[in-house]
Amino acid sequence: MRKQWAVTGMPGRDEKIPQTKFSVVQYVILAVFIVLAYGLWTLQVRKSDEYATRSEQNRIRQVPILAPRGKIYDRDGQLIVDNYPSFSALLLRDQMRDLNADAEKIADGLHISREEVVEKIRRYQLAHKPAFEPIIIKDDITPDERAFIESHRDDFPELETLMIHRRLYPRDGFMAHLIGYVGEVSEDMLNSPKFELYERGDIVGQSGVELQYNDLLMGKDGSRRVLVNSKGKEVGRPPNANIPAVPGQKLKLTVDIDIQKAAEQAMEGKNGAVVAMDPRNGEILAMVSRPTFDPNDFAVRISAKEWTRLVEDPDHPLFNKAIQAQLAPGSVFKIIMSVAGLQEGVAQNLHVNCAGGGVFYGRYFNCWVKGEHRVHGPVDISKGIYQSCDVFFYTLAERLGIEKIAKWATAMGLSKKTGIDLPNEVSGVMPSEEWKMKTFRQKWYAGEVISVGIGQGAVTVSPIQLARTIGGITMGGTFYRPHVVNPEQMPPQFKNVATPTSTMPDVVHVPIDPQNWITITNAMAGVVNPPSPDMPTGGTAPSAHIQGVDFAGKTGSAQVVSNAFRKSKGGAAKQFNDNSWFVGVTPRRNPEIVVAVLFEGGEHGKLAARLTAQIVKAYVEKQRRLRNNPMLFSDKADPGSVPIAGVWNQPGSIGSNAAEAADVHAGSSQEAEQSENQLHGGTVLVHLGRTRAGRSQTGKPVLRPQVAGLAGGD
Amino acid sequence: MRRLISFRDFDWVLLTFVLIICSLGVLEIYSTTYGTKFAGAHMRQVYWIMAGLAVMLTVSLINYQILLENAHWFYIASLVALLAVTFFGKKYLGARRWIQLPGGQHFQPSEWVKLVLILMLAKYFSGEGDREASLSDVVKAGLIAGVPMLLVLKQPDLGTALTYVPVALMGLFLGGIQLRHAAVILVIAGVLMPTVWHYGLKPYQKDRLTSFLHPEADSQKTGYQLEQSKIAVGSGGIWGKGVRKGTQTQGSFLPEPHTDFIFAAWSEEHGFVGAVALLLLYFMVLMRLIHNAQTAPDSAGGFVVMGVVAVLLFHILVNAGMVVGFMPVTGIPLPLMSYGGSSVLFMFLALGIVMNIRMRRFVN
Repeated sequence: MRKQWAVTGMPGRDEKIPQTKFSVVQYVILAVFIVLAYGLWTLQVRKSDEYATRSEQNRIRQVPILAPRGKIYDRDGQLIVDNYPSFSALLLRDQMRDLNADAEKIADGLHISREEVVEKIRRYQLAHKPAFEPIIIKDDITPDERAFIESHRDDFPELETLMIHRRLYPRDGFMAHLIGYVGEVSEDMLNSPKFELYERGDIVGQSGVELQYNDLLMGKDGSRRVLVNSKGKEVGRPPNANIPAVPGQKLKLTVDIDIQKAAEQAMEGKNGAVVAMDPRNGEILAMVSRPTFDPNDFAVRISAKEWTRLVEDPDHPLFNKAIQAQLAPGSVFKIIMSVAGLQEGVAQNLHVNCAGGGVFYGRYFNCWVKGEHRVHGPVDISKGIYQSCDVFFYTLAERLGIEKIAKWATAMGLSKKTGIDLPNEVSGVMPSEEWKMKTFRQKWYAGEVISVGIGQGAVTVSPIQLARTIGGITMGGTFYRPHVVNPEQMPPQFKNVATPTSTMPDVVHVPIDPQNWITITNAMAGVVNPPSPDMPTGGTAPSAHIQGVDFAGKTGSAQVVSNAFRKSKGGAAKQFNDNSWFVGVTPRRNPEIVVAVLFEGGEHGKLAARLTAQIVKAYVEKQRRLRNNPMLFSDKADPGSVPIAGVWNQPGSIGSNAAEAADVHAGSSQEAEQSENQLHGGTVLVHLGRTRAGRSQTGKPVLRPQVAGLAGGD
Repeated sequence: MRRLISFRDFDWVLLTFVLIICSLGVLEIYSTTYGTKFAGAHMRQVYWIMAGLAVMLTVSLINYQILLENAHWFYIASLVALLAVTFFGKKYLGARRWIQLPGGQHFQPSEWVKLVLILMLAKYFSGEGDREASLSDVVKAGLIAGVPMLLVLKQPDLGTALTYVPVALMGLFLGGIQLRHAAVILVIAGVLMPTVWHYGLKPYQKDRLTSFLHPEADSQKTGYQLEQSKIAVGSGGIWGKGVRKGTQTQGSFLPEPHTDFIFAAWSEEHGFVGAVALLLLYFMVLMRLIHNAQTAPDSAGGFVVMGVVAVLLFHILVNAGMVVGFMPVTGIPLPLMSYGGSSVLFMFLALGIVMNIRMRRFVN
């Protein structure tokens, strides 16, 4: 080739440029072109894929469409948690604009300080967040701030608005603990298996139902993709431009908003918790924890100050005491003791004389009655319950021993999580020899059983546990797993995600002999009995009596600290006041509702009993209205005529052979009636708790209970 | 005795290559400006090319010897024009490069100074004969190129000023610079460079020169432009995205796609194959020009043609090098392709002189 160019021989006026120099220039040119071709090869062939991806990112802007969370309803379909639309201002960082230069004007338009904008940008840069992740510079922007963004699309293509569906919770912390609240998923949560499929920035449930049923409530975000030019201007739509958001599933709770209201009102201005449950199936009807918080504060972005206040508050407002408080049950535990004592055959014939206290294992133990300068005198199991005689249960505990008590208590759910479908439930403690060895590496000291007998000592329970256990005992020994969402009404694909991680089965049967069952439930009805000629002392909570309603329960007051400690702190400091407990049911057997109330610092169980009565009353009134039956739950119905066999005929009850079991219990129900007759001195119709005959609506004469020999004697 | 010059002696081969490149340029200008405020630029480019052809024909009729003889006058006129720009020029985009002409046209003298410089240096070195250039030759040649260069730098127009360098280097190389002088120049350049860097360049010029080394770091302006250019070229792949399908170009992510970054736009829409084909065309043009230099009737003609080669090569190297990320952003257009009257007219004027030299190869 070169030869062709090397035409020579044409004479010039002067010397020609030497041929070698042309060659040098030609080689230089060749080298330059090889280098350029190499550059093209690198970009277009070797790294072609990489740059193709980057050019895709360049022209497609993805604007997320956030899915609204599912709304939450009560059992009757009343709306509890709603959503409202809110707009946030976003800064897109992939627009290759000098964000800091625009900060001044953007800050101006959004009514925030320039420093705030610059600081946010800086923080994102420091955190090395990917460029496609937008910065939320302001939440909940006003309509005129939205207008500012819309009208400055050309000036600030990096500004974008995003519609967020925010949660609208009931006001004043109504039901706040059960519902929970939502917030941005944290780094720790992302590392946990439940949230590993979520992404940074996702708004997820942080507690309560919002957390437990997050997968169902959350829905799936969609996106809108637009082709944009470098100025951020929309120039077209790519194929499959819109991926619509899939809204979260709506969720229907088992909660009855009317009962919840009654419970909230009962607890107004107090500390404590309420659990109302249907013991026939475990459905939670109401759940309250006090003090409460306003989950709406979390809906946008909680201020650091507010958060600190909530976390550092000594009353723990974020804590759901209904399932997270572990406290001594006090005298409520005596019901569990009674079951153990009667089932073990010890309590039936146990008669003690209460002189205000007694010596056990070489130490003197007081009965609460001593504080009132009284004595209980002769006490049997029935009086032991309705008068809550400590000496009776000290004696019973001594006779039973810790292992038998622990066996029954554990079987009926103590020291185990109830398996409620709410996060962070606690299990409580039921002491035993094994427990003590495991926890303290010490041998169990037999004398410790005495305080356990009255629900003190190491025994701790949560309100939900007490509701389940007492509810199950009054059901004759059928314990249901409490739940706030009925799995039946959930879409099938969510059934597995929504079930709790607990190993507690949906229903547990601990058969209680019907005779024992009747003894205990009748005595529980006596608790709310006013004094009468036959029962001159009455129950421990006569003021909780509900006119015309078959209401039964058990009071409890549990020491928070030892008496010595209380004295050292100056006596009556309020935070050391006894906790007041009450667990009530209506009707007394096979109840439709069990209500556990914890009134912290309430001193005496009868105070909690009154709160319980308010809630039960709301339930009774609603049911009477709904079912158009004013005699529902009436104490005029014959409690002895409760269809005992019906309980045992329920499908899936204890025993592998249902028919055989039914036979057995049919037989035992007769026995039970007989034994009840025996117990009550031959009276078939027993009406407890009705003394003010003159004010009886029906005006019928009231048949007084004739409690045989034992209680009636004193 | 003197044979009549004839258009049979016109370099039709060279013209064909040049016109092919120009057509591709028009096609790409059409593609990149479609639907933008520059729409229709391709037709204006066609008019410029036609005007350029007319200029080329006209110039090819004028004996280059006459041009060479009057080179010093052109040179003086150039200096005056550059000074006029400095004092009366129209300021646009922060630089004083243009003289407003009556009728709304702008005139950018620095572009034409290149051609004058080629003629001036050709005249100087051809007069020296084929001997080694003395130190005074080197200094004089340096001054001839250096004075207008400083004036242009002052505008400031770093890119155009740099295009004078290859013309001077080509002159010195062909004029027979001694190795030791070349070494001395290199040392002086090495010493001057940091000085100029600190005191002679404006911050944005420094940015431009350095950002190509790390384009990702500078997400704004020049680094961004380079990055977008690389994305455009790279995403083109082997076969390209097709005319008017280049997303980088059409989405205006690529800056100035019809002028400085037209090669990037071409590479995006026509891929590796198209880009290499275009480079081959330029290669053919350069080789054909060298052929003409070799066949020039005298060394002065050879110097002139090689000066054009130097300018053309430098433009291609810097522009295409910038597009693939090897070179800083200097605002140097790709000759024959980039949109712009000055650039087109300059190239055809230079080609006219080349044609003239070729047509007179047998004339003596």
